[in-house]
Amino acid sequence: MSNDNFPEDRDQSRDIEDLELEQPKRGMPISENTQLDESTDNPVRDVEGVSFDEASERDEELVDPDLARGRGEGVGEATTEAESQAKIVRRRFFHHLGAMVGVATFICVALISLLSMGLGPIRGLYHNQEPLALHDVENDGAPTMHLPSWLGGHGGGWFTFGKYPFGQDELGHDNFAQVMAGIQTSLLVMIVFGIVVAIIGIVIGSLAGFYRGWIDTILMRLTDAVITLPVLVIGAVLGKLLATLPVKYNWPDSVQTAITNLMPLELALALGLIYWPSLARLLRAEVLSLREREFVDSARVAGASNFRIITRHVLPNATGIIIVNVTLLMSLAVVLETALSYLQFGISAPNVSLGQLISQYQSAFSTRPWLFWWPGLFIVLLALSVNFIGDGLRDAFDPRTKRAPSKRAMDAAFRARDAKATVAATTSTGAAQ
Amino acid sequence: MLRFLLRRFLTMLGILLVISFVLYGLLSLAMDPLDNLRQSTSPNKEQMIAARIRQLHLDESWVTRYFSWLKHILTGDLGTAWQSGQPVAKLLPSAISTSVQLVAVATIISALIGVTIGVVSALRQYSAFDYVITFVSFVLYALPVFWVAVLLKQSGINLNEYLRHPSPNYLLLGIVAVVAGLFWAGMIGGSLKRRAIIFASALVVTFGALAYVLATNWIANPQITIVGVLVVGLAALLASWVILAGRKNRRALIAGAVTLVIGLALYFPLQFFFVGSRQMLNHWIILALMLVTVLVSVAVGWFLGGDDRGAAIGVTITTGLVTALMIYLDHLFSWFHEYLGDGQIRGRVISTIGAQTPSYNPQNYWLSTLDMFTHALLPSMALVLIGFASYVRYERGATLEVLSQDYIRTARAKGLPERTVVVRHALRNALMPLASVIPVDVISMIGGAVLTETIFGWSGMGLLFITSLRQSEIDVVMAYLMITGLLAMIANLVADLLYGLLDPRIRIDG
Repeated sequence: MSNDNFPEDRDQSRDIEDLELEQPKRGMPISENTQLDESTDNPVRDVEGVSFDEASERDEELVDPDLARGRGEGVGEATTEAESQAKIVRRRFFHHLGAMVGVATFICVALISLLSMGLGPIRGLYHNQEPLALHDVENDGAPTMHLPSWLGGHGGGWFTFGKYPFGQDELGHDNFAQVMAGIQTSLLVMIVFGIVVAIIGIVIGSLAGFYRGWIDTILMRLTDAVITLPVLVIGAVLGKLLATLPVKYNWPDSVQTAITNLMPLELALALGLIYWPSLARLLRAEVLSLREREFVDSARVAGASNFRIITRHVLPNATGIIIVNVTLLMSLAVVLETALSYLQFGISAPNVSLGQLISQYQSAFSTRPWLFWWPGLFIVLLALSVNFIGDGLRDAFDPRTKRAPSKRAMDAAFRARDAKATVAATTSTGAAQ
Repeated sequence: MLRFLLRRFLTMLGILLVISFVLYGLLSLAMDPLDNLRQSTSPNKEQMIAARIRQLHLDESWVTRYFSWLKHILTGDLGTAWQSGQPVAKLLPSAISTSVQLVAVATIISALIGVTIGVVSALRQYSAFDYVITFVSFVLYALPVFWVAVLLKQSGINLNEYLRHPSPNYLLLGIVAVVAGLFWAGMIGGSLKRRAIIFASALVVTFGALAYVLATNWIANPQITIVGVLVVGLAALLASWVILAGRKNRRALIAGAVTLVIGLALYFPLQFFFVGSRQMLNHWIILALMLVTVLVSVAVGWFLGGDDRGAAIGVTITTGLVTALMIYLDHLFSWFHEYLGDGQIRGRVISTIGAQTPSYNPQNYWLSTLDMFTHALLPSMALVLIGFASYVRYERGATLEVLSQDYIRTARAKGLPERTVVVRHALRNALMPLASVIPVDVISMIGGAVLTETIFGWSGMGLLFITSLRQSEIDVVMAYLMITGLLAMIANLVADLLYGLLDPRIRIDG
């Protein structure tokens, strides 16, 4: 369990080389062809509950119990006009409670950090813009942020933030400024990492899957090699490399400072270079199945070049896999960066990392617990919210994870139908009399 | 098959060779064995630098050094850790055994609990229980292990203080009991009335047990006795009977009861054996005894099982193992008072640093095992929390996948009871994907847990790697990387083979 904090995402399908899996492909690729199916009234699909679920999500009044029972006649009635795949995915994502909470948390954390510490040269709103500056220790460094008294705090009638909301350490560092700067570092690492992984993973994965042959062999061997060692271990080696090189070869001071100042960027690049194979491998498997489909053949008959086929026909159908996996990898990257910084193989001064703060203050836990609580809390919030977003995206893109309507909605629909039936019966008998 | 294996082995060796070359290059760039000399102010600085360059052959290019390293590796010489002068081959065995001790228990516990809860969570999909478990596993999955470990370390220190003079905090106990009640009610499920009964009884039992433990200071002098063994064994018997065999299967119940009686009959003879052999016992003998337990249980199930031997054997093995475990723990706990009273332990129940108390060598299996337990408690907890989360997520997904398949619908449609559908039809296939995960986890134990070992000061493989990387000892780091790399590849090969054996849809092509 050397990957003690980074269990690879085990939901990802295992790619067993040389073993042939005679199993239907997971997930339904999204293509113009399948989209047509969804919009036309195809009884078989409707009996499976597909269009029924779609309808029920849109409007509960549309629930027709006969559909749920799979009677199969008159099933087209509940389906409405055609929707683009993107629209469906978007709607499902916005209806995913966990994902929405994740998005809200993520935006809140990012906004707090950006508003208080600014971005690059732009000043933030917080009074102390220098996370590493020393101030006089006030009130023994205790946090000045208090809950209002009606919530059990002692801050009077309203929230009070005070001068040092998250307290200070014994030297006088402002914890709030440090934590906020640390969040920015994490965000930066996460975004750069995501871009690097996506670019390398997409290019290599699609080329290997589409052209097969030697490029595929090289990719598979390369991923074998990279997957063999725990990421934390390779990350530590690369982190050490970045820290040692300038000193060892006595590079000029300006280069040395540039390298230390840009450490978050370099670490993100390094982590991206370690992590891309898992995305490339998954994408390769997807492209392998997509390239055999009819719409690729028809595109080729129509005279499309390989480049056009890959970019216009194959990749758009693999968007789901790419987005979901990059998101989930990004949440792992947050934790990995902080872990490396904790081990002192990552980000160090003048940059601030949440993991470095924890490693710095772990011994102060019994005397100044706030120094330890806040950085950890924000790592968890960031990693958790991105994870929830990834999970929501996965559900949104995967047509099989459809939520059945709740029992209450079903009961209500049945009751409504029965009531309608009785009304119809009484009126018809009334008319006969 | 043979050709398949041969090809895989050759590929493995090739990849390992390439990895070793690339990593050796990276490491010789990243390591600076001269860094402490550069800042040195001693007058013979230049000579010392020259001496070290000669010692480590730094004047040659790294490619030359790599090939000389490779030559030594191929002749079985792993090199030396130059700072301490110790050969790497001497450092590895103790580091490996420390890591395995730590990670083995954690992996087993997290796999058992995680898989169970994952299956139940999938069976109760979209229930409150499922939502809570999914949320909790998400949170645990996102937790940074180093943060959790430091928290645990601190709470361990506080707990030691508390356990010296425990006084039950009834409000906290009440909250714990309510959570336990909700957990069991959600897990077992059923009608509202049934859930209410389960909730109430779980609440009362948890509250009573915890209050008893704290009020009587049970932790300072823990006792299970034969009554405790009987109660827990009986619970295991009934639970496994209801789940694995079903209430109608009398033969399975009888077979399980016979196993339990055999276990209880051996209780007193085993006490004499345990005390008498305390100086020569070791973990291997205990493992052998466990194997004997399994064999006896299988035999009982085989002969008394009747028509449905498989179910009966499942019941007897569960009952037998749980009874044996309780007898073992009972005897272990009986030494606890003596252990705590020792001058070196000074009454600290939970240790926060290291894998054992330094210079504590009691020459007694039970005391040294207790010492190991108190040290392993917190780091294992940190590992279990994280490992548990990934097992839950994995197994929940696998079970849901199986439950949505046609043959399950068929099984339900032909009127089989839900228990049979789940245990006989779904569970078997839902557990199959674990074959690709468990070998990897088991074999990667040897690589250790880098962060957890660093924080708790366990000198296992993970800590060895980190310290050697800091001290620029390339031979140790390379040995670590080669061992973990090789083991990871073997683990993947085992996983593929196992999967091929279990899943008839997979062909292994030569």
